[in-house]
Amino acid sequence: MKNHNDSRPFAFKDCALAAIATGRRAQNLRELRDQLLQVEAGSLYYHFWGGRLRPQFDEPEYNNDFAAWARHSLHDHVIAERLAVVDPMDYDSLEDLRGEVVDVIEERLAEQEFVPWAKSDEQFSFIRSQIIVFDTRKSIEDPTGLAHEIPHSSTSSIFYHFIDARRRTPDGQDDFSTWLRGFGERYEPLLARIADVDPYFASLSELRSQLTAVFGDYFSGMAQGGGK
Amino acid sequence: MMQTLNAYTEIVGHDVIDQLRQLAEPLKGRKVVHVNSTRMGGGVAEILAKLVPLMNELGLDTHWEVINGNAEFYQCTKSFHNALQGNTIAIPESQLRNFEEVNRQNAEQLRPVLEDADIAFIHDPQPAPLLSSFPERRGKWIWRCHIDVSRPHRPVWKYLRGFLTGYDASIWSLPDFAQTLPHPQYIIPPSIDPLSEKNIALPDSDITAVYERFDIDPERPLVTQVSRFDRFKDPVGVIESYRLSKRFVPALQLVLAGGGATDDPEGEAVLNEVYDATNGDPDIKILLLPSDAHRTINALQRASDIVMQKSTREGFGLTVTEGLWKGKPVIGGNTGGIRLQVINHHTGFLVSTPEGAALRTRYLLNHRDILDTMGIKAREFVREHFLLTRHLREYLTLMVVLMNDHPERVELS
Repeated sequence: MKNHNDSRPFAFKDCALAAIATGRRAQNLRELRDQLLQVEAGSLYYHFWGGRLRPQFDEPEYNNDFAAWARHSLHDHVIAERLAVVDPMDYDSLEDLRGEVVDVIEERLAEQEFVPWAKSDEQFSFIRSQIIVFDTRKSIEDPTGLAHEIPHSSTSSIFYHFIDARRRTPDGQDDFSTWLRGFGERYEPLLARIADVDPYFASLSELRSQLTAVFGDYFSGMAQGGGK
Repeated sequence: MMQTLNAYTEIVGHDVIDQLRQLAEPLKGRKVVHVNSTRMGGGVAEILAKLVPLMNELGLDTHWEVINGNAEFYQCTKSFHNALQGNTIAIPESQLRNFEEVNRQNAEQLRPVLEDADIAFIHDPQPAPLLSSFPERRGKWIWRCHIDVSRPHRPVWKYLRGFLTGYDASIWSLPDFAQTLPHPQYIIPPSIDPLSEKNIALPDSDITAVYERFDIDPERPLVTQVSRFDRFKDPVGVIESYRLSKRFVPALQLVLAGGGATDDPEGEAVLNEVYDATNGDPDIKILLLPSDAHRTINALQRASDIVMQKSTREGFGLTVTEGLWKGKPVIGGNTGGIRLQVINHHTGFLVSTPEGAALRTRYLLNHRDILDTMGIKAREFVREHFLLTRHLREYLTLMVVLMNDHPERVELS
């Protein structure tokens, strides 16, 4: 039985982000809304996803920077909770995501008589990023190789293939799924299991562990079952 | 001794070192020059002493140059430093003219090395005007700011800004510090070197030696602040905090250990204020250590139960990183880069007053299990985010981006 993707082997890549200050800042919730309307879409991407590659604990209290700032600097728990549940995976584009975040903030502004403010030295600074992608010189032709390589991949490589991929591929899929589809329907059960891995509510090291488990279980099951 | 990249593998893992080699590939043979104002003392010199050899090992032709100035020059740049951190300071016109002239003289001396540079990193305000002496430069010039410039004294910032607008990019330790400039402003926190004398694992005999040398009782709790004797580090506030804690923890000892830097003329005055504040308390040790006493500082941090860094302004706070790396919770001032490192209830506590520092000191000394758990988390946090290898990776990333004229995405083959 053929076990090769007709198009290409899977090349493991890695990435590094360069964070750049946009010069835009917000002191209060209204300014956050105003800046959000104008800031480049890449900045939204950074504040929803880029935190994965920044100093933080594996279990951050909030999954995006807007929610964390609302909680820790504006001390507004309500807006923090509402922003925290905005899942960027639910939106087809960054513009749609921008619209949702702005809606959530405007709803909160309408509810309150006073605009929540941060201390003068706790402004929200909008950041954007540049990404450098480089080849690790590791590649596989057989999907079973995923089970061997994923556990040893860097967290930034996981970011590139599992998160960044959704932004650069036409169908918004992760790289592993895109590659496995090249084998026809052969890996549909595996693709379903990959789709169950939620990239937003997990740290990169957790994602690596989850993907390791998905590929490990699937291919060890295949071996025990004599191959599917 | 120069450490090779492979020596870091044991600490950070193969992946991290492989990443560095891959990122450096397109930069091999490029001439990179770092310029700052002191080769000894202060965090910038410490970082460059490690970063430059590693860049060379990765195949970049890297040089480190230091500008020389007279006493008036350093007085002026110290005023810059204080003004950029928010102090209202009027700098005499004559000092500014001397500052510019010293830079012109240094530019002539450094001309051969800077003119050919593919990338020049100019660190902090002291050498910032060098750029204006190289109108025909062929490389990219980057101004690296290590100072907390979040609320600068505007006239001084306005003066310095005139020297900075021509740079191709600038680097800041935190987003809050970045100012309006007509070029990309990159955010790169600094780092510590886990293999340096100041951070390497020490045998117990080194720890015992500092107990004996400085008359510290190993059986009693010890809080230590390591930093220059500088008002922004609030050493007098640390002593106030110690006094408040000592009412409840009578056995408490305090070490304030500071080194001088060749570009800091104010240190002696602050040191005298600190001596006055001790009021002859034998449990407060004021240690004025030479700038190369790295191993002693390492041992003092390891001998401590808690590391303090009660700054009121701070660029990044490498002494915080050092303390965390040694598995010590840090009580730090709620300012600048300390916020990035001290995560309340995880790696330590952020405080705004001597009272706050005293409260957290008492809490930690009365909850040893929590103190130990926070120490373990603190070390892992630094391993992941604040070691030299991460810093080097971000410099390489920035250089690759600059060599590709700032596209949003660079794909290296």
